[in-house]
Amino acid sequence: MRPGAAALGETLARTVVLLLLAFAIFGPLANLVLWGFAERWYFPHKLPQEFGLTYWARVFAPRGSALASLWTSVGVACLTVLVTLAVAVPAGYALARLKLPVRTLILLVFLLPQAVPNLPVYVNIARVFYEINLNGTILGVVLVHASHGLVLAVWIASAAFASVDISLEEAARNMGASPWRCWTSVTLPLALPGLIASAIFVFLESLDEFTGTYFVGVPDVTTMPLLMFNASMGGNYQIASITALLLLVPSILFMLLVERFLKADVLAAIGR
Amino acid sequence: MTDRRNWAGLALAAPALSIVAVFFVAPLLMSAVLAFRGTDGGLTFAHFAKAFEYYSTDLWFSAWIVTLSTLAIGVVAIAIAGYLTLGEHPRTVAILRWLYRWPLFIPFIVTAQVMRTFLAKNGMLNHVLIGSGLIEPLQAQSLLDWRGIVIAFVWKQAPFVTLLLAGAMAAIDRQHIEAARNLGANRWRVLFGIVLPQARRTLMVGLVLSFVSMLSVLSVPMMINPNSPTMLTVDIAYRINSHGDYAVANALCLMSLVLASFGAWFYLREAAAKKAEPK
Repeated sequence: MRPGAAALGETLARTVVLLLLAFAIFGPLANLVLWGFAERWYFPHKLPQEFGLTYWARVFAPRGSALASLWTSVGVACLTVLVTLAVAVPAGYALARLKLPVRTLILLVFLLPQAVPNLPVYVNIARVFYEINLNGTILGVVLVHASHGLVLAVWIASAAFASVDISLEEAARNMGASPWRCWTSVTLPLALPGLIASAIFVFLESLDEFTGTYFVGVPDVTTMPLLMFNASMGGNYQIASITALLLLVPSILFMLLVERFLKADVLAAIGR
Repeated sequence: MTDRRNWAGLALAAPALSIVAVFFVAPLLMSAVLAFRGTDGGLTFAHFAKAFEYYSTDLWFSAWIVTLSTLAIGVVAIAIAGYLTLGEHPRTVAILRWLYRWPLFIPFIVTAQVMRTFLAKNGMLNHVLIGSGLIEPLQAQSLLDWRGIVIAFVWKQAPFVTLLLAGAMAAIDRQHIEAARNLGANRWRVLFGIVLPQARRTLMVGLVLSFVSMLSVLSVPMMINPNSPTMLTVDIAYRINSHGDYAVANALCLMSLVLASFGAWFYLREAAAKKAEPK
């Protein structure tokens, strides 16, 4: 083959592979968007027979169940972030900066939730929560989400504190700042971007969490993923797709922004 | 002073540690106890016998699905990360880098809903295949069985492993690659002889994390393939919701823990060693 033809063939092959990959990634998403705006779509029509916003109106109807579950989800996620950060920030600082007795054991405890399947945990938490009347309460769901999000939050916070230059803290201390003053005006502001990243991470994870809520939240706490699941299993693909689209927005925003503030090795367990 | 700092560190970590202990480690131990405890409180293997009798097919089905998905994720991740590292066409590399990561943070449950409509008999995949003349309308079939589960898993997890792997490959000393290229090695040789061996551990960690999380995903098998044979997670939810049978459910849970344990052991060893390194 002539060199020109070979180069052309290679360009063609590259283009075809990229197009196939683009279809594999965006095809399913496009299908979801179509379902979100379909009024009627019956077999064997390739596209919906009728487009419209009826189902969107139903989802966003005041006092509709969908809007209620949106607020439940956001509320649960905010509370989860508060609980998680309250315990993850001191723990992350301790891991990054302080000497710890039985350090390896503590590391193992914080790594464990990533390394074992979570389903057995949820099943048994639900059983205990049922006995102490925590099943079906916001508090119960927040506790489950917090224990799940905590681990990543600790690692991200630990990395944030480890990246603060220790000589800056020493300089503040040498100039007579108290340990607390040094922490609030040097360490904390410098670690803040990492801590915000971990808050966003925990928020997103709580928003997307399904399995734990499925066992612990029933029957009273219906978050967005649960609403989506119920709609889909009930055959209402429009409501399911609209809810799925709403859940997609924060996921995709985070994906587009993530490299600005996070290293790849902490991105393990989102959206289980 | 050293002692005091020791205890200060422990006190700061204590709240987080106790949450993990109470809401993660304790339920896990409870699962192991309940799986072996009979109605009289004594040791029994009856729950396991029942679990095996009813669900051994699903045990193998789960193991097979998750293993196959993990292998497929590995292949996709190596292909994409490899091209991102060694590709010589800058625009293709840029497009690929932008393209592959879209499913990265899409939760499993949304993936399940997306695939449930995309892979159905009247879904977009079949319409496109028919429209492009690749298959006849009568050949259209639903992929909502084990294939659907594998496709959903690979679609969701491959970007994550690719992200990790591409990061590890980018950290490799470029001189190694240049040297091999100058000695006349082609790109395949460079990928499998030089780049991949150095990024092997990162690849393994990513695959293990995917393996473990796929084992405990409930939404994907429930929404794509809820009928037998299906995955253990669906059986566990069924035992609890329909029978209130925590004993057999916990026996099934323990089986999935055993499936995961090999990977978990590898991950804990790697990650603990890495985090314990002096900074």
